Amino acid sequence: MTDDLLLDMRDVSVTFDGFRAINNLSLALRPGEMRAIVGPNGAGKTTMMDIITGKTRPDTGTVRFQGRDLTRLDEPAIARLGIGRKFQKPTVFEALSVTENLLLSLKGVRAPFAVLMARRSAGERERIDRLLHLTRLEAMADQPAGGMSHGQKQWLEIGMLMGQEPDLLLVDEPVAGMTDAETMATADLLREINRTRSVVVVEHDMDFVRALGVDVTVLHEGSVLAEGTLDAVSADPRVIEVYLGR
Amino acid sequence: MNPFSTHAQRSLRGVIWMAVAVMVAAGGLAAASLLPEGNPLHASAFVVSLAGKYLSYAMLALAVDLVWGFAGILTLGHAAFFALGGYAMGMYLMREIGARGVYGNAELPDFMIFLSWKSLPWYWWGSEHFAWAAVLVVAVPGLLAGVFGWLAFRSRVSGVYLSIITQALTYALMLAFFQNGLGFGGNNGLTDFKDILGADLHAPLTRAVLLVVTGVLLAASLLAARFVVGSRFGNLLVAVRDAESRTRFLGYRPEQAKLLVWVFSAMIAGLGGALYVTQVGIINPGEFAPANSIESVIWVAVGGRGTLCGAVLGAILVNLGKTLFTAWLPEFWLYGLGLLFICTTLFLPNGLMGLWRHVRKPPPEEVTPEVADTQGDEA
Repeated sequence: MTDDLLLDMRDVSVTFDGFRAINNLSLALRPGEMRAIVGPNGAGKTTMMDIITGKTRPDTGTVRFQGRDLTRLDEPAIARLGIGRKFQKPTVFEALSVTENLLLSLKGVRAPFAVLMARRSAGERERIDRLLHLTRLEAMADQPAGGMSHGQKQWLEIGMLMGQEPDLLLVDEPVAGMTDAETMATADLLREINRTRSVVVVEHDMDFVRALGVDVTVLHEGSVLAEGTLDAVSADPRVIEVYLGR
Repeated sequence: MNPFSTHAQRSLRGVIWMAVAVMVAAGGLAAASLLPEGNPLHASAFVVSLAGKYLSYAMLALAVDLVWGFAGILTLGHAAFFALGGYAMGMYLMREIGARGVYGNAELPDFMIFLSWKSLPWYWWGSEHFAWAAVLVVAVPGLLAGVFGWLAFRSRVSGVYLSIITQALTYALMLAFFQNGLGFGGNNGLTDFKDILGADLHAPLTRAVLLVVTGVLLAASLLAARFVVGSRFGNLLVAVRDAESRTRFLGYRPEQAKLLVWVFSAMIAGLGGALYVTQVGIINPGEFAPANSIESVIWVAVGGRGTLCGAVLGAILVNLGKTLFTAWLPEFWLYGLGLLFICTTLFLPNGLMGLWRHVRKPPPEEVTPEVADTQGDEA
């Protein structure tokens, strides 16, 4: 085990009802790195995210985060270790205001009694103001999140991720359903976030991946097919075969 | 997408207003009952005990609203906690009878002598002390809710499955309490109470005081419930209600949040049951009947789910309706109740509280359907 890796997945396999969703997958991420994961439907991208965040337990293999074994932990424990996840479909708490959504996400109190007694501190106010600014939702601060546009919900969810102050962000198809302008703004936002945190992005949109300008891992049938710069993997005959050959 | 906003429904002003109204009404009625009988404002003992019953039911409704309205747990067995609180108080009231029972035994309640028991079962120990009864009134429902909730929420049982097992819980308890051998009076339950803390339960002054105490405790429960749902924990409950798995990825354990509010809710229900028994004068296994729990859900739906005040209002109005209706057309009450529930679901999804807000401040025209509901609420 190399302990200077942030995330280290080795020989991970998962089978669902006889179907090998993940097949001897190995993936390593250095601290501060941003990585894009691409691959056709059913390549195992979302299952890989599920394994890292504790939603799915691997049959074999190891998953280490900052040297700690994740395969024995559940979702809340992994989230508290510093791994944040953004889902494909934005899931914000619709009945709560934007500020209340952000407040719940802030790293800090999690035990029920502590949450019951918690009062908004000056520090928390400041953190929320910063997140509102980052996500450009200042004007919506007291609006119920349920009334916002799809793009605004995506941004709120990214703001909530930032509120968790994770060391690693897993972002699942962040620009699905976004306009071109929103897509590029999101790429800028992720690059901005990457200055302080490591990020794994799963995305189909190649323009977006190109705009990110980071190394790409291509998944196919549950394993890594190719890894490298976007230009290098695009030129790889096996990748072309997988994307065009069927 | 979600018709329940949080800001408005937890309006502090509304809850304070309702708490004061409840206390004023209880105090006024209690005072009226102490007037001489010829006085036109005199309230009869019947009216006083009826009011006490409504207010006790309102506590049950409040308990249901806490878990259903805010945490999304549709309980169909909450009357079990109400009845357990009632039995805990009933045990003390039985012991207060002392040697004045039919069999004149200072130690054992009549039904135990009838079963030729020689001594009190262990779980009746200490029941002669009011303070111990007061502890049991909240501790027993709280403990049962703790064990039940821990098992259910940890196993991620939710939705209709949870509703079904809550129903099974109250049904199982009803069957158990029907057994004479359980030591709670079987079929007849606990009754024939004489006094409480040395005061005659049939004296107008005692009844008036009990009504005031019920009003005060209901108001206190309302404020306590408002504190819970108005806190950050209340936001967490709403988050769990609407997107439970999402809260896990934020590092929360939704099962713990649900357990906390579930236990708190069971304690309020138990307190309501205890107050009920002092004023109605009997507790029997019928209180565990599944229909009672379902009725309490209807009270909340009629008043307005997730509003706290609506639960209190709904419990009082529906029970008032029941009293009047069963006097005029007893055979049609159940149809009336069913119709009320259907009409509420179809035409008043936010209950009477929703109607009230709509009248005071109609929703603005230009909003997406999602926000239409939430913006109709006062801030």
